[in-house]
Amino acid sequence: MNDWLRWLFFAGPVRLLVLLVLGLNVRHRERLPAQGPAIIVANHNSHLDTLTLISLMPLSLLPKVRPVAALDYFMKTKLLAWFATRIIGILPIDRQGGGNPLAGPNAALKRGEILVLFPEGSRGEPETLTEFKRGVALLVKENPDVPVIPVFMHGLGKSLPKGTWVIVPFICDIFIGERVAWPGSTKRFMNDLRQAIDGLAAEGHFPPWE
Amino acid sequence: MIVRFAEWAGLATPVVAAVLGVYALLIIASVLAHLLQRRSGGAQAELVSRVRSWWVMVTVFTVAVFIYQPLSAVFLALISYLGLKEYFSMIPTRKIDRVVLLIAYLAVPVQFYFAYRGEFGLFMVFIPVWIFLLLPTAMALHGETSGYIRAVGTVSWGLMMTVFTISHMAFLLFAMGPANPIAGGAGLLFFLVFIAQFNDVAQYTWGKRFGKHKITPTVSPKKTWEGFLGGAITSVVVAGLIGPYLTPMDFVWSGLAGGIIAVAGFLGDITESAVKRDLGVKDAGQLIPGHGGVLDRIDSLTYAAPVFTHFFRYFFT
Repeated sequence: MNDWLRWLFFAGPVRLLVLLVLGLNVRHRERLPAQGPAIIVANHNSHLDTLTLISLMPLSLLPKVRPVAALDYFMKTKLLAWFATRIIGILPIDRQGGGNPLAGPNAALKRGEILVLFPEGSRGEPETLTEFKRGVALLVKENPDVPVIPVFMHGLGKSLPKGTWVIVPFICDIFIGERVAWPGSTKRFMNDLRQAIDGLAAEGHFPPWE
Repeated sequence: MIVRFAEWAGLATPVVAAVLGVYALLIIASVLAHLLQRRSGGAQAELVSRVRSWWVMVTVFTVAVFIYQPLSAVFLALISYLGLKEYFSMIPTRKIDRVVLLIAYLAVPVQFYFAYRGEFGLFMVFIPVWIFLLLPTAMALHGETSGYIRAVGTVSWGLMMTVFTISHMAFLLFAMGPANPIAGGAGLLFFLVFIAQFNDVAQYTWGKRFGKHKITPTVSPKKTWEGFLGGAITSVVVAGLIGPYLTPMDFVWSGLAGGIIAVAGFLGDITESAVKRDLGVKDAGQLIPGHGGVLDRIDSLTYAAPVFTHFFRYFFT
């Protein structure tokens, strides 16, 4: 990571984008982890999700915050790869290649980093929640003491949905949930996580977007 | 000292004195809020945070609008933009209208540019004629007819309520100055904003103390005749007292203007309440602690700003 450029990027344009162009209503902000290691799990609707989640954390924690992303999507061009790894600071996961895809995230948690994960995998249809992938459960199974914080976000998929680069200002709602503990089995964890995020979604009151 | 500071800042002395008066009121309000908070054993936290937000709002508004003039058009446009964003975020919208909403946002700087230039004709027709003709056309050309009428109506009304109306504050500041030799456009804008906001507080306080007979039980159940009339009469008196020092209006005209601002402010308040009630939301946002969103704070100005501006322009220019 390029620490300086990354700091400038998140302290300047990203703050401006998130606070002025978008605007956030954050509920239960105090539930965000104050230090690593931790795993933030959120629903995924937009490229803005990652930027917004990172900007919720204080800048002093920035060097520790790493969004986990698929290697193949972000390594398509050299520029995108540079931007994703150096500036956004993603922790790339190799979905296709051999080897253990969880090796990177495991090591990062051991280093005390805060991982940002989107278990839906891809952004999908804006503002609809799709099936969660099990990778997150396998990671928590190996690190059962690391706090898992569920987050539900609404509105970013309206501002910047899949398939466009035009941002339209909308205020977005962010609901931070209580820590999801490791219940002893992958299946039960996925169930708990899903329920936590569905519960957060039910706290909100969202206008139709058809 | 006030005179010397006013000269240095390029402001009319009455405006500086009036701003200092507002700070005196804020100090009194803070002391009162803390006393109430102590007497009630901490049950008035909402009031304390509301007064604290007033300090921030008054200071931001004073710095942006009165001290550094080039910023003021941008600042007033920003208020409109934030209000429009709150509105678009709480109403139902169609995916197909993303670009239309973007055009609506882009109307904000254009409208405030016309206000800044004092181009009365364009300022008056840009949104209600040009934009209102353009947006439905753009929507029709996109080809989606389901929900078309609702979309045209809600988007247009939002532009009217948050941009067209609020831009009158900028028009007052930049174009009405020559009609006010004693305190310029800043004096007029101060008069409008102060009376409108003072009236909000006065109607609230009268209603809280003496309120009994509801005016609009289904729209805004806390609004009472006692609050409305008590607040409006207080506003008339205060406007009559300060108007002659800030505007070319004498005691009677100032009092009349105060009454008009009070009634218009009340109507702006209940129209926004109707919008929120229809949508089932309590506040339009969370930007201002103790107040809600920008729209919740400027709702009375959405009516008071155009009504006062046209009243003043008709009789005094």
